[in-house]
Order: sequence, then C-alpha cells, then structure tokens
Amino acid sequence: MMGAQQVLQWVVLLPAMAIPLLLLARHYPNIREGVSLLASITLFALVTMLYRDFTAGGSAEAVWIAIMPGLEISFRVDALGVLFALVASFLWIVTTLYAIGYMRAHAEDNQTRFYVFFAVSIASVMAIAFSANLFTLFIFYEMLTLATYPLVTHAGTAKARAGGRTYLTILVGTSIVFFLPAIIATYAISGSLTFTPGGVFAADTSPVLLGALLVLFIFGIGKAAIMPFHRWLPAAMVAPTPVSSLLHAVAVVKAGVFSVIKVGALIFGLDTLAGLWSTDLLLYLCAFTVIVASLVAMRQDNLKARLAYSTVSQLSYMTAGVLLATSTGLLGSSMHIAMHALGKITLFFCAGAILVAAHKSDISQMRGLGRQMPFTMMAFFVGSLSIIGLPPTGGTWSKWYLITGSLEADQLALVIVLMLSSLLNIAYLLPIPLRAFFPGEAHPVEGPVGIREAPLPSLIAIGITSLMCLLLFLFPQRLYDLASAVGG
Amino acid sequence: MILDLYNYWVVIALMMVGFYSVIVRGNLIKKLIGLNIFQTSVFIFYISVGKVDGGTAPILVDGVTLYSNPLPHVLILTAIVVGIATLALALALVVRIKDAYGTVEEEEIREIDEQ
Amino acid sequence: MVHLPVLQVVIPLMAAPALLLLNRPWQSWLLTCLVTITAFAISVSLLGTVYSTGTISYELGGWEPPWGIEYRIDLLSAYVLLIVSGVAALVAVASRQGLDADVATDKQPTLYVLYCLCLAGLLGIVATGDLFNVFVFLEISSLSTYALIAMGPHRRALWASYQYLVVGTIGATFLLIGIGFIYSLTGTLNMQDIAARLPLVDADRTVHTAFAFIVVGVCLKLALFPLHFWLPNAYTYAPSIVTAFLAATSTKVAVYLLIRLHYSIFGANFALDVLPLNLLFLILGLAGVFAASLVAVQQPNVKRLFAYSSIAQIGYMIVGLGLGTVIGLQATLLHLFNHALMKGALFLAIAGVVYRVGGSDLAHFAGLGRLMPWTMAAIVIGGLSLIGVPLTVGFISKWYLVLGAIEAGLWPVAGLVLIASVLALFYVWRIVEVAYFESPTALTESAREAPLGMLLATWVLVGANIYFGIDTELTRQTSELAAQHLMGGQP
Repeated sequence: MMGAQQVLQWVVLLPAMAIPLLLLARHYPNIREGVSLLASITLFALVTMLYRDFTAGGSAEAVWIAIMPGLEISFRVDALGVLFALVASFLWIVTTLYAIGYMRAHAEDNQTRFYVFFAVSIASVMAIAFSANLFTLFIFYEMLTLATYPLVTHAGTAKARAGGRTYLTILVGTSIVFFLPAIIATYAISGSLTFTPGGVFAADTSPVLLGALLVLFIFGIGKAAIMPFHRWLPAAMVAPTPVSSLLHAVAVVKAGVFSVIKVGALIFGLDTLAGLWSTDLLLYLCAFTVIVASLVAMRQDNLKARLAYSTVSQLSYMTAGVLLATSTGLLGSSMHIAMHALGKITLFFCAGAILVAAHKSDISQMRGLGRQMPFTMMAFFVGSLSIIGLPPTGGTWSKWYLITGSLEADQLALVIVLMLSSLLNIAYLLPIPLRAFFPGEAHPVEGPVGIREAPLPSLIAIGITSLMCLLLFLFPQRLYDLASAVGG
Repeated sequence: MILDLYNYWVVIALMMVGFYSVIVRGNLIKKLIGLNIFQTSVFIFYISVGKVDGGTAPILVDGVTLYSNPLPHVLILTAIVVGIATLALALALVVRIKDAYGTVEEEEIREIDEQ
Repeated sequence: MVHLPVLQVVIPLMAAPALLLLNRPWQSWLLTCLVTITAFAISVSLLGTVYSTGTISYELGGWEPPWGIEYRIDLLSAYVLLIVSGVAALVAVASRQGLDADVATDKQPTLYVLYCLCLAGLLGIVATGDLFNVFVFLEISSLSTYALIAMGPHRRALWASYQYLVVGTIGATFLLIGIGFIYSLTGTLNMQDIAARLPLVDADRTVHTAFAFIVVGVCLKLALFPLHFWLPNAYTYAPSIVTAFLAATSTKVAVYLLIRLHYSIFGANFALDVLPLNLLFLILGLAGVFAASLVAVQQPNVKRLFAYSSIAQIGYMIVGLGLGTVIGLQATLLHLFNHALMKGALFLAIAGVVYRVGGSDLAHFAGLGRLMPWTMAAIVIGGLSLIGVPLTVGFISKWYLVLGAIEAGLWPVAGLVLIASVLALFYVWRIVEVAYFESPTALTESAREAPLGMLLATWVLVGANIYFGIDTELTRQTSELAAQHLMGGQP
C-alpha cells in the first residue's frame, strides 16, 4: 500500500506516463485504446485512495520544486480538489469508453494525437485539482489551455482553425493580461500564494486595491466564461464531441470555476470577500451572464452551440455562488461542479451519438428521432432535468443550496434570476427530447429511415452518466460532506 | 573670447558638414566621404584636447618641462586605424553593390528592391 | 589560471588569423568549434571564480591600473560572458551544415574568421575595464558583423550591411565623442577610476553632454526604438546562422554596455534631476514593444518577423531599466540572458528550415509540422517562451518585470507589458498555424528533418529555455546580486 503522498504524485504523473505507451502503440488501435482505458481506470482508483485518506483525516502534501523563493510547484489534497479530481477522473473513464465508439464510427484522423493530448489535459486537470498554491494552479491552467488547443482544432479545417484562434486568444489573453498580474500583485502585497483557509491578505490591506484585484481575478479566469469573455466556449465546439463533452463540459470549464472557488475561498477568504466593493458588481455581472446566455442558447439551432451557451450560463451560477460569500453559496457551487458535469456530459454524449448515428447536428432536424434512438433521447431527457434542477436528478440539490445561499445573503435579485433561468432552461432543453418522442401531427410517425442507435461503447457511456444523475439525487450525502468541507 | 576656442569651432563645423552629407546625400560614395569627415572631426577634437599650450613632444630632454599629453594622440592613432578599416570595408561593399545593382544611388537601389 | 580573463578574449582573437591561414571549410569549422567551446569553458570557470572569490581584476601586461589597461570581471560581466560564449559555441556547432544553404563552400572559411573576430570583440567589450578598449572592441565586433551580414545569399544583404555600417559607425563615433569628453574631464580611461573622479568634477554640463552622446551612441547599437531601423534588414538578409548568432549576442552586449556605462560609471542616480531618463526609457521601451510587435504580426517572412520581435524584446529590457529599481534592473538582466536563449533557439530552428526548404517566408513553413517535427517543436517551444508561458524562461523574465512595475506602483506599465505578450501570441501562432494546419506545398513537400548537428544545437538551447524556466537558481541569484551591486554603486 502506497502512502497518500506517493499516491498524490502518481495522480499527477500517471496520465503523463501513459503518453509514451500511447505513442508506441500508435499503429495498434486496440492496444492504444486499451492503454487509455487502463490509465483512466487506474487514475480513478488512485483518486479514490486519496479520497479515503482525506475522509480519514489525512492531508497529503508533495513539493516538487521551488522555481523562485516563495514560488513552488507543490500539491496538497483538500476537499474541493478531491471532489474535482473524482469527477474528472471518473468521467475520463466514461469518456474514453465513449470516444472509442465515437472516433471509430466517425473515422477521425490522427486518433493517436487525440488520445495523447487528452492524457496531457487530464494530467493538467489533476495538477490543477491538487495545486497547493496559486502559482502551481496558474502553470497547469495554462498547460491545460495549450494541451486542449490541438484537440479543439482536431479537424484541421478553416473553421476549426478560426475556432482554435478564438479559443487560444481569449483564454491565453485573459490569463496573461488579468490573471497573471493579479497573481503577481497578490504576491507583492501579501508575500504568499499558498491557498490558506481564511485568505492570505492581512486585515489592513486596502479594500479598494483588493476589490480591483478581485475584478482582475474574475475576468482573468477566462475558463469560467463570465461575459464578455465567454466567446471561446462556443468557438471550441468545432472540436470532436468527446472533447466537447469531457473538456468543455467538465475539465476546462470546471477548472475555471474551481480556480474561482479557490481564489474566493482560500486567497481572499469569504469574510474579506463579503466586504469588497466589487463583489456585488461582479455578482450582478454573473446574473446578467446567466440570463443573457440562456436567451442566446434559445436561439441556437445547432445542438452543440445551444449546449455551449447553456454551459456559459451554468458556469455563472457557480461563480455567483462564490461571490455570495456565504458558506451555503460555496457549498452550492462546489456541488454544482459535480452535478452540472454529469448532466452536461450526458447531453454532449447524446449530441455526439446523434451526430454519429443520424448525422444530424441541428435541433430542427431531430423531430421524431425518439423512435430510432429511444435510449439516447431518454438519456437526454434525464440530463436536461439535471441541468434544470428538477427531481429526480442530482441537479436539484446544488440548485437548492445556491438558492438558499442567495436568500441567506439577502440577494433576492439573484433568487429571481435563478428561478427565471430555470424556466429558460426548460424552454430550451426539454423541447428537444419531447419533440423527438412526440413529433406532432405534421411529421411522419416513422421518422427518417435507416437510423440506429450509436455504437455500443458510446451507449454504455451514456447509460453510466445518466444513471449517475439519478443516483446522486438519492444518495447525495458523500458529495455534500465533501462540498461542505471546501471553505475550511 | 569665443574665438579663443577656435579649434572646437572647427571640430563642430566639420562634424556638422560630415553628418549632413551622410544624411542628405543619396550617392553611397558621398555618404562615405561625409562619414569620414564626421569621424575626422572627432579625431581633431581628441588631438586638440591633448595639446598643451607651449608644450612639446613628450620626450625626455634636459631643460624642457612642459609636454603635451601623448595619450589622446595614441588613442586617436588607434581610432584612425579603425576609421580606415571601416572605410575600406564600406568601399568594398559599395563595389559589390555596384556589381549587384548596377548603381550606387540610394534612390535607385530602393526602387530596384521594391520591385 | 590567473590569465583566464584575457585568454577569454585573446583565444578567439588569435584564432582569426590562424583560421585565415588554414582556409579549409571543414577544418575551419572544427577549429571554430574548439575555440568557442574553450571560450565557453573559460567563462564558466570565470563565473565560478567570481562567485567564490569576488571580482577579478587583471592587469594587462602587468601595468597597474589606472595607468595600464585593466580587465575586470565582476558578476555582471561573468554572467554576460557566459551567455554570449555559450550561444556562440552552440551556433558554431550548428554552422557546419547550416551555412551550406546560404554561403558557398569556398567562402565559408572566411566566414569563420569573421565569426571568431566578432566573438572576440563582443567578449572584449564585456571583459574590459577600460573605456577606450570598449570602443576598440566595439569596432572589432561591428566591422566583422558588417562583413558577416554582407555574406548573405541575396544582394539585399549588401544594402542591409551598408546601412548598418553607416548607422553603426555613427553610433560608435558618438561613443568616441563621449569618451573624449570624459577623458578630458577626469584624465583617466579606467572605469573604476572614472566612477571615483566623476563626482568631483565641477562641470555638470560637459558631463551631461558626454552622457547624452554615450547613451545615444549605445542605443543605436542596441536598436532601441526609434533607432532600430537598421536591424530588420540586417537580420533578414544575413546568412541564417549569422542571424542566430547576432540575435542572441550582439544586442545583448549592447544592453550590457548601456547598463555598465550608466550604472558603473555615471551611477544609478546620475542626471535624474535634469534628465528624466527613466521616464524616457519607459516610454521608448513600451513604444518599441508595441510598435515592433504590431509590425511583426504582419510580416510575411519569418526571419523578419522575429527580427521585429527582437526589437520588441529589447523594449522590455529598456522598460526594466526605466523602472529604476533593483527588481527592474534584475528583470532586464534576466531577460538579457533569457532572450538570448529564446532567439538563439528560434533562429537556429529557422536556419534548419532554410537549409531544408530554401527560404524563410511563411510559405516555406507549410506543412512542416509533419515533415520536420523536431524543428517545428523547437519553434513552438521557443515561441511559447517568447510569449512568456510558465515553465519557460520567458515567464521568469515577465514575472520580474511585472513584479518590478507593480512594486514601483506603475500599474499601467505592468498592464501594457502583459498586453504586449498577447501580441507575441499572435505572431508566433501565425507560424504554428501554417506549419501544422496547411498541407505541404510543392515548395515544402520534399523537406526532411534538419541535420543532426543543427538539431542538437537547437535542442540544447530549447532545453535551456525549459531548464532555466524551472531551475532559476543560477540566473536569478546572479542577476539579483549583480543588480544590487549596480544599484548600490559598488563594482
């Protein structure tokens, strides 16, 4: 049995170590995908070990190297990290399974490159999840951007290039122009970048300055997709569906929210956060993003684009949860990381399955598809319920706590926004499965001919994630325990 | 009073003449001549700085106590060598330019390059 | 080994006539490699000595300073010597095949002669403690540089060389005028001695004039915006190997010279009351960063693109100086070192492309991501370093520069520096897109990976880009101590 500290190091290294094996096996697709699957399962097992150790009261640490005095690459296990890593590594298994079916059925080129950069991205996500300080977080945040770029532009077409350009410009741009100076300023003011419960700033630090810093942080963490820096997410939808699902519903965007929570709770501290002039302003910006992104989503006919705007809106829920600066809001945000991930990945999987099996990407063409792909459309229905926050799905809980948090913080406006957004969610998500099953009078009942369900591995993946959405409604306790330990 | 320092005025005049030619002339050879005048003015500046009124060459001879400062003169010997090397290299370049472009006029070279 | 400070300069200087007599391409290359590697070994040993026993003072010919010429190696000189001789050695190794693309075989021995001469001049500028010596070495390096550039394959190389010659000579002559003023005021040429006597001089206006001539002269050599117009043509049309060498060393030495003259001779606070030099540096530096980056984004030729990028990077160094703090100066010193690593790697990789494809227009890069994977990977990593992505040296420089700006309370400067980094992303990514997303054209389809020797040298530099981005001990400590000494007015 390895000590928790070794496990922690392996968690970061393991996905990276799969890369040479993937390259060696590049001419043997079965072995290559076997390696991918094996690596993801092992990784999940390791993260589970960390989880056990953490719930038993352990807090493993690992220091790699000090680049400059006070600037270390080091890792530490904490509640939020475990939560994020569990979600990401679990979904890596599922996505690999899904990708095997999808990439083969779609006959994509450069599959080895795809699996390699996927592994690099997961390694970065693990490093982000367990980073012990802002500096480590920043390094792997950037690495994640760069590692996902080849995945986004996988198709290599002019459209993919344009999307990749937007993706890179906004993510790298915000991180260098806002995030980096915020980090350096934090270092200059407080002398520390280590995540500390209660924050790192001395009590007498000028609140005006801190308020400005908060603005830099929130805009700088472009992966959280607050408007007006959300454009990269729809642009990234040119990627193959497995990429969109794992990276742009889970890993990349959640890395953004994860960073926001870390900064809010462990760099500023909730108490400091509550007293800043900019907190409320940013909160209203989040509310604005929630509503506007939902409205835009309604007008998208391309399914992936609609899901992307839905993600933009949901991400702002989580950012808003942090900015409420109450422990209940933080709890809601942290839980929503997991809930939204499961719900949204299900939806993306379904979108990919429809593309592969029926070659359809526009919602208007999906009427009546429920006859041919009943399983996929049922899963889509479950996923939608979870995103909306209706029983019997896990999304109910996180939305519950977000609303309770808003009430506690006397932010009635936000409560209304959340309610309104739920209605909008219903309006843009539910019609899709409903029309698939009940196309209405004007459409032939048989629907298009010759369409069958997606390949089996993909279907298994869809089944697992939608089942998880339901299970988390019934058994949310462990997730709740983890999420409520985030602030401390 | 101003004329007392006439040597410096000469230096400045030469310097400006040289500088002007470098900037204004389009002929590469004339530019080099200007450059050379510019350099020479600095040489003269050094030499006149080293000269001490009534002083003689710094050789130990009985009865002579006032010497000019030899150091600037030695320095300028080096600088003159550098100047000659520069000029030689520059002229060699101009010869090659003439071969390659068929002209030594800046305007014409630019026109040829822009085509 | 007391003679090391002078051997550092004399070995390449003496190698030049030897090479001229040798006059055979292959043997000349071997000797050049030996000479440059020896120079590098000496610089390593010098840095070690300076660390253990402090500043080295060497009396040339046994004449005691200030009468004789002194070679003075302090931490700053040792640090610059290290990077200059290190890059020179790597470029020399790569030049065996790299020159074939641009220079006829029978001309190559001559090029090696000039290469050694130029290196001797650059090392001499850094090693010497005598002001007039600086001028002489500057001219040795400049004259050989003009000739090196003129050896480029295109006739435009001649014109570029001529333009550079005129500008360079004016710059050097300005320096000579400044030195003349200082000598006539203090009666000495030894830098230490001048620094001691200058405060006692009762002729402010003359000192200021001397200072102005010297600063303008040196700024011409280091291509500070707006005195940079000679640089793009020179870098574009010189043989690719020469470009790699010059980009990594020559402007760095000029920056060293500016720092040395400004801080060691005139003192950190000189003339601030009459001349807003720091403000001027800030403005010109930032203007250079932006103007050059914006031009770089539009360049169709990759060598020219990175030449403009060099002007921008020099802007960063000047901004560091303009901050007027220890951290700002440290940022400049770090970037001096780090930028040599970046541009060395980038231009060597480009030399590889020129060798295989025959040109450096963007069109020559189409589809190379597949055909020359290692060379292109080097360009990507070098480019990331240029942008300032963490775990590369570029990040370290940016970190200190922004930290310095924030500490000095100059938030807009910090912001502008970082916005300019995004411009670097744009121009680097143009190459990445062409190389990885376009299919090979008739121009590029027969390209293969660059020869092993070039690849090796390139990747040593790429490795250094990453290594010094992670283990910053050497660069950070050396630059910090050097910056403190310079600011404190100590040698």
